[in-house]
Amino acid sequence: MDQHRSDGSSGGSGPNAPAPRAARTATNAITVRNVSKKFRLYNDRNQSLKATLSRGRRARYEDFQALQDVSLDIEQGTTYGLIGENGSGKSTLLKCMARILRPEQGSIEVVGKVSALLELGAGFHPELSGRENVFLNAAILGLSGKEVTRRFDEIVEFAGLEQFIDSPVKNYSSGMYVRLGFSVAINVDPDVLLVDEVLAVGDEQFQRRCNEKFSEMRDKGKTIVVVSHGMSAMRTICDQVAWLEHGVLQKVGDAGEVIDEYIAQVQTDRQEVAEDETGARWGSGEAVIDHVEIVDRDNRPTTRLQTGDAVTVRIHFDARETVERPVFGFAVFTLEGLLVTGPNTREAGVECARIDGRGVVELTIDRMLLLPGTYDISVSLYDHAITHPYDFRQKVLRFDVEAGTPHETFGGVVSLDGRWAVTAADRSPARSGNTEP
Amino acid sequence: MNVLTELVQSRELLTNLTLRELRGKYKRSILGWTWSLLNPISLMVIYTVVFGLLFGAQIDPGQNSGLDSFPIWLMCGLLPWNFVSQSLSGAMATVIGNAGLIKKVYFPRELLPFSLVLSLDVSFLIEMAVLLAFIAVLGSSVVGVLPWLVPALLLVVALTAYAAGLGLILAVANVYFRDVQYLFGILLNLWFYSTPVVYPISLVENFANSHNAPWLLTVYKANPMVEYVGIFRSLLYDWTAPGLSSTLYVLVWSVGIFVAGLWIFRRFEGRLAEEL
Repeated sequence: MDQHRSDGSSGGSGPNAPAPRAARTATNAITVRNVSKKFRLYNDRNQSLKATLSRGRRARYEDFQALQDVSLDIEQGTTYGLIGENGSGKSTLLKCMARILRPEQGSIEVVGKVSALLELGAGFHPELSGRENVFLNAAILGLSGKEVTRRFDEIVEFAGLEQFIDSPVKNYSSGMYVRLGFSVAINVDPDVLLVDEVLAVGDEQFQRRCNEKFSEMRDKGKTIVVVSHGMSAMRTICDQVAWLEHGVLQKVGDAGEVIDEYIAQVQTDRQEVAEDETGARWGSGEAVIDHVEIVDRDNRPTTRLQTGDAVTVRIHFDARETVERPVFGFAVFTLEGLLVTGPNTREAGVECARIDGRGVVELTIDRMLLLPGTYDISVSLYDHAITHPYDFRQKVLRFDVEAGTPHETFGGVVSLDGRWAVTAADRSPARSGNTEP
Repeated sequence: MNVLTELVQSRELLTNLTLRELRGKYKRSILGWTWSLLNPISLMVIYTVVFGLLFGAQIDPGQNSGLDSFPIWLMCGLLPWNFVSQSLSGAMATVIGNAGLIKKVYFPRELLPFSLVLSLDVSFLIEMAVLLAFIAVLGSSVVGVLPWLVPALLLVVALTAYAAGLGLILAVANVYFRDVQYLFGILLNLWFYSTPVVYPISLVENFANSHNAPWLLTVYKANPMVEYVGIFRSLLYDWTAPGLSSTLYVLVWSVGIFVAGLWIFRRFEGRLAEEL
């Protein structure tokens, strides 16, 4: 396992470089040693005695290895991130640290009082007032009655619920509920704070106060362990990061380095997936689409266009049998799967009596108004009623659009190619037509 | 001893959870806490009419107290029985009912059944106060019963340990097999009629003797609730002290079940968050 030791001067913290830490001793706040955790995935969750007796044992299950031989040292005073894809075991590890789950093998040693922000307001009793719930929740998190009394005003003020503290929490909005839960958990004054994806809570103002509270805790030399998918936030918050994949520790080290490597890895994975997805295809096959190409104004095939270009989409088909009155369709999707447009020949009033053998369908676009980005083309060949597909090819061609005219940088998918007119008070119109030649 | 230190450390949480049970109970009902009195009183009326009047159950007058009232005699058995039966059904539901908490926060999970049993202890004590009021009205002397309250309260402690231990076992068993709660519903009825609550134990003794089957009585007395209810009744209705053997018997059951419950619960508690 490759480990870096950073003391004080943490890497990759960008503009929000952490304030100087309280004197840090090199002792571990959390020591994770060879931890393995299995889950039982039940095929048939029948928890009845009858089913058990008739089977001779409890429900059949398969083991799912959530964590495999993970060892970590989290030094006191560090803000430590756990990253990985869904199902990588990072939340499981956090729950093991919080003692909610018990690992089969290995040990986890935590020094000091632990508070886990896994679900805010867990254990609130809906019928009880906010006040009663603060005491209850604080007690669950290990705060004594005296301490709660002392911090009560601070907790309520932090949550911004002074007016509502004596009404039952069932009347709270979900935001109020979560704010109160967060406020209790953070004011427990833990030595170790475990946080799972709950950083995005409440409105902007509350968020800011949460972040202040986090940095205050870090300045006091508390240890924070964070699980999140938000890499930019992780990069600013964390000193150290551990990257898990399928329950196995991949890399431990300075936040910036590990996150960079993680992002690079995840992105190559994603491209492979995209290539796999290309070519999803179905249909009865009497006539098929051979291939699709985009040609520019000079009749050259291309996949690199500019906004405003004149282009032609060519669909090459091969009718192995005679097909009466076919309908050709064409659709453009963004990579996120948003359908941008999906015209077809029938709706355009273009009738084709029959096709037999090879041929080409062309869709000519005078001004292609997609904004810069990457897009996928799907094409289809249907019967006249558009109920029976002869051939449907998803994501058959991917192309990129670069900045052209109209030039828009605000974002979005497509330009509406409108014209602006600003009328000044003296009623002499100052027009700015679109700049297309 | 690890277990005990942790329990001692979390006594404050136990108090808070018990308060949660108490405060949450009867919320939004108009009569509120009056229900916890109406419940045993209604049972007392029903059983008095059915068993006292219709069946004409013959009970001996209280030995030292001079009490001769079927309702009071009945209450002396009904209160400890109700406490145990409600504790067990309640404790069984606590772990499943607090699944959200168990999956998100760590705290000693035993506290959930414990807090429920403790909240019922509070009801039990209120009911005992009502019983005392009845005894004061119907009995020969009010002062006479007071010394018997001390051992009665000790018995409440023993009953609490017994109910808590058994509640722990049922609570964890119910997570793994949801049948437990339904099976328990049936067994509870059987258990009720196997315990001398609505009839005197002499009925069973006479039956066993007349049929020349002393083993029947042995089987009957294997039910520890016979002894718990018997002692409670002898303390508050007859104003007599239980024998040493009875006292030891009850003590062994209470401690034994409590330790066994704690051990079993600890053993299976590790995977609760996953199994729920």
